[in-house]
Amino acid sequence: MAKVTMTVNGRKVSGEVPGNRLLVEFLREDQRLTGTHVGCDTSQCGACVVHVNGKAVKSCTMMASEADGADITTIEGMAEADGTMHPIQQAFQDNHGLQCGFCTPGMVMSAAALLKDNPNPTEADVRHYLEGNICRCTGYHNIVKAILAAAGQDVSKIAAE
Amino acid sequence: MYAFDFEQPKTIAEAVAALADDEAQPLSGGQTLIPTLKQRLAMPSKLVSLTAIPEMKGVCMNGNTLCIGGATPHAVVAAEASAYPALAALASNIGDPAVRNRGTIGGSIANNDPAACYPSAALASGATIVTNSREIAADDYFQGLFQTALEEGEIVTEVRFPVPQAANYQKFVQPASRFALVGVFVAKYADGVRVAVTGASNDGVFRWTEAEAALSANFSPSALDGLSVSADGMIGDLHGTPEYRAHLIGVMTKRAVAAAS
Repeated sequence: MAKVTMTVNGRKVSGEVPGNRLLVEFLREDQRLTGTHVGCDTSQCGACVVHVNGKAVKSCTMMASEADGADITTIEGMAEADGTMHPIQQAFQDNHGLQCGFCTPGMVMSAAALLKDNPNPTEADVRHYLEGNICRCTGYHNIVKAILAAAGQDVSKIAAE
Repeated sequence: MYAFDFEQPKTIAEAVAALADDEAQPLSGGQTLIPTLKQRLAMPSKLVSLTAIPEMKGVCMNGNTLCIGGATPHAVVAAEASAYPALAALASNIGDPAVRNRGTIGGSIANNDPAACYPSAALASGATIVTNSREIAADDYFQGLFQTALEEGEIVTEVRFPVPQAANYQKFVQPASRFALVGVFVAKYADGVRVAVTGASNDGVFRWTEAEAALSANFSPSALDGLSVSADGMIGDLHGTPEYRAHLIGVMTKRAVAAAS
């Protein structure tokens, strides 16, 4: 067992973890932050994406011990304290960017990482960036539309599909 | 996940000491190894993380040589290897953004997946693989499917790339995995052109020497007219036959030369 301490959504947390503890297990099971999802568990689907020191990372494919001292943001850290949704979350709602919602936490976190690096992406940029995030119900059209809307672009001409 | 011990040394010397244990396995970015552990395809009893060792991270220039620390993530190479644009472009297309933030060059080179991108860059550049104990020429380092010259407990601490006059990497992407179905790295140096192919062969990355000779004489796509690669020994799977891959090598090499020249 090793002691790990990290800042999760602005709050300092610590815990004793065994060597094989994954970051996603530490977040979901130890911190009860179950917004971060585990889809494939093999680093392909992206439902577990969180930010580690500002970088998008698949939390199912990183050990909790490796995040010792890190600053972590999960989907629970996106909305304001009063419940006002983050602009990306609001855009997903406005543009029907989710159906079952399972992939949404990872999609939102990846989108936030994209817009931080590239505040005005093209549709092609968004689709390329989301290569590591898989959705199995809405298809990607409205997800891409939501992200472009969150970037402040006029998406009214993009047909709903 | 099965139980194992986890160590996170802060120096190369500490890492090498921790790896002296027969049961220990080095862990770099983990983007291949962690899924492998989950499937129990490997079950080391101790993992030694290489990602907290500052002396193994970063990109720098030394004369005309680009040096990349073994534990440097792909995203950092993509952002900082501007002195070698073809290499930065290659790094920016490995996996997906989250994978690029964790996966490292040393991990890729040490694993030597037959469809990984970096081995082709290292071989085509005549790179030097630096370990905790020696320097290995890329021509001697890659030894077949997942096989390298690394000894037990030896780790890749740095990779040194001589910067070419012109270079390009063309990857025909396997659409599900984002690995190379066929990838070709072409690098032109004052003393000749080197061409390395990944994704195609059952023996892993290899040099296409016939194309190298033709391109060294005439660095243009037309120099490759009439040249072809035999399908013998090429990978055949549901994504492509050996003949398909062999054909793609010629196509991707031409594209790389056209983009580089």
